[in-house]
Amino acid sequence: MSNAGDERALWAELFDIAVPPAEAEQETRRRGLFSRFKESLTKPRQAISPQLAGVFAPGLITRETWDELEEALIGADCGMDASLALVDALRDAAQQGRIVNRSEIAAGLANAVTRQMTPEPPRIPIGAKPTVILVVGVNGSGKTTTVGKLAHRLSELGQQVVIGAADTFRAAAIDQLAIWADRSGAQLVRQAPGADPGAVAFDAVVSGSARGADVVLIDTAGRLQTQHNLMEELRKVHAVVGKAAADAPHETLLVLDATTGQNGLSQARLFGEAVPLTGVIVTKLDGSAKGGIAVAINRELGLPVKLIGVGEKLEDLQPFDAAAYAQAIFASGDAG
Amino acid sequence: MFDTLSDKLQSVFSGLRGRGKLTDADIDQAMRAIRLSLLEADVSLPVVKQLTGAIGERARGAEVMTSLTPDQQVVKIVNEELAKLMGGASVIMPVAPRPPTVILMAGLQGSGKTTCSAKLARYYQQQGRAPMLVACDVHRPAAAEQLSVLGGQLGIPVHREDGVADAVGIAERGIAAAKAAVRDLVIVDTAGRTVIDEAMMAELVGVRDAVHPTAVVLVLDSMTGQTAVEVAQAFEDAVQFDGVILTKLDGDARGGAALSVRAVTGRPIYFVGTGEKIDALEPFHPDRMASRILGMGDVLSLIERAQQTVDVDQAKDLEKKILGGGMTLEDFLDQLRQIRKMGPIGQLLGMVPGFKNAMKGRDLQVDDRQLDRLEAIISSMTPSERRRPDTINGSRRQRIARGSGTSVQEVNQLLAQFKQMRKMMKRFGKGGMPPMPPALGT
Repeated sequence: MSNAGDERALWAELFDIAVPPAEAEQETRRRGLFSRFKESLTKPRQAISPQLAGVFAPGLITRETWDELEEALIGADCGMDASLALVDALRDAAQQGRIVNRSEIAAGLANAVTRQMTPEPPRIPIGAKPTVILVVGVNGSGKTTTVGKLAHRLSELGQQVVIGAADTFRAAAIDQLAIWADRSGAQLVRQAPGADPGAVAFDAVVSGSARGADVVLIDTAGRLQTQHNLMEELRKVHAVVGKAAADAPHETLLVLDATTGQNGLSQARLFGEAVPLTGVIVTKLDGSAKGGIAVAINRELGLPVKLIGVGEKLEDLQPFDAAAYAQAIFASGDAG
Repeated sequence: MFDTLSDKLQSVFSGLRGRGKLTDADIDQAMRAIRLSLLEADVSLPVVKQLTGAIGERARGAEVMTSLTPDQQVVKIVNEELAKLMGGASVIMPVAPRPPTVILMAGLQGSGKTTCSAKLARYYQQQGRAPMLVACDVHRPAAAEQLSVLGGQLGIPVHREDGVADAVGIAERGIAAAKAAVRDLVIVDTAGRTVIDEAMMAELVGVRDAVHPTAVVLVLDSMTGQTAVEVAQAFEDAVQFDGVILTKLDGDARGGAALSVRAVTGRPIYFVGTGEKIDALEPFHPDRMASRILGMGDVLSLIERAQQTVDVDQAKDLEKKILGGGMTLEDFLDQLRQIRKMGPIGQLLGMVPGFKNAMKGRDLQVDDRQLDRLEAIISSMTPSERRRPDTINGSRRQRIARGSGTSVQEVNQLLAQFKQMRKMMKRFGKGGMPPMPPALGT
């Protein structure tokens, strides 16, 4: 099926691995991903908020237009700074005559967000053997489910995956991960609950290397960024993984719930001070929230969004496409 | 990270002395600063508008216009309006006239329902009730296992049916099992769900209709952003929840979502979750939440205002004393008493002059119970003992323990930790970054 082939091609791009893509043009691939994305995001509701719909309705641009746009962006959790910056950019464009009618604002906004979010497509290169990916974030953000989805996708692309169950604190966290490992065809490395998370992580990387695995995914316990001792623990896990394999972890991804408000900035900042983050995974974008905090984080800290979660099933994970996201969240929702 | 509202307002009103009178433009700017502060706290935009409307009216009134310190006056008004909207006294969860009381937990994925279910069960178990937990999350892998492990830790029975996909059926049979086992409280945990998933919302309604809960509780993550209004409205429309448990308050999220839910649905917040451990559940205090949303830096200024005796010089003197190693238990007791009235203890201890810098961003782990005991111990000391704690010998320690209803051990602990803290403050005052002392009261 052409669509599935297009999707695999996009994943291959993300992971920088050789998977023969279905024959398709760049444009077709983009549309393919976008319509699935849009599907996940719309469900029974509109892709965009009623506020934005109002802003984009045809008509002359007035002062109120910019106020409404600002409010709609704030309503998407972009935060004051990012919202004002986007509005200013569009207001400039209008003053220069590049945007004349309200209905053109949609495209303008999508462009502005796309330009800001990623100049280039995101990458999680699977090169080193094994490539080690450390997954971190606050409680309830969706780390374990995301690890399961990642394992599934990588297995589908022919990669051998080992999962390290380094959340040794939460009740039944290891059991939960074991089910995901089973469903995704990955090997699970685990110890008893309460074991040292660094030890499990180390074990997973060493084990993965010995088995010749392509990827080692390490799930960690949820922790609030203000918990000093837990951030220390995370630092330690990161350091220990580095001892198990050169340059590991190759990716450290912050899992961020799309419903998060401005606290997301504190999360990105403080997690980033503890361990070097290489990107963000925004989860639960299938809900009512727009995940605009990722825009704010990207703007303030330069952290790219690499993946998005759009549901609770194994397949509900997608490489982040700024244009598709901007269209779906901030524009009229028509396929571009 | 963000400027406090006080900071913002100070700069708004900074030109005032030259002009002598507040203009409409000044008030407009102040309102913009307030709006920004509330948005930074994740209060939803429609609620922000509602609040700034009320605040604006008062801000243009005599109390600000004639005040010598209009910026502080405005902060006071904001705090009052927040507290008003947050609601009056704490509200207790309803109890069924005939047992069992059934509590249905609902909320988005990852909000903390399962942990809260266990915490709630423990809370009521401590009060002498006989709870049972029912595992109706049939969607998330190992959800029932998680609830079982937690129930096991508490010695509380858990009704689960592995391999069964019918949440409604499990709920019904769970209630029946509770009645048969003469349990007087049943807490039904459900799967997390997004409000736009019609099938899942229908499942929740089905469970509700099947078990006739005494209370439906919305579990809400305190770091939820602007979508809080939509979430609250949707759960209100679907199941008419009775109250809220706000979770993860041990973080630094200001928690504006709480205000949004309250403003939109009028429902009370019963409890707040303050950690991952199973005892980390506390009754909700509306005034403390209002202060938290306002922002900690502003609360300090409010304390100082309320005191009316603490002026900038006094505060500076105290800071110098503390950093110079001259802090006495008297000073410490003063600070404790000031802090007691408001807010999450861990964050507010950070507002004690000098303490704040030394402890920046660290997890202090002091709760109200411990604070009570510390205050009792210090109050049982004579003034000279408080000024010179090194003079407190064995027999004095015994007297203090008796007088405060604590143990000599606890008195020893307090004195040891106070000395450590004093040393640490002195070292910090000299520019070094000291190691973290063990948590107070543990």
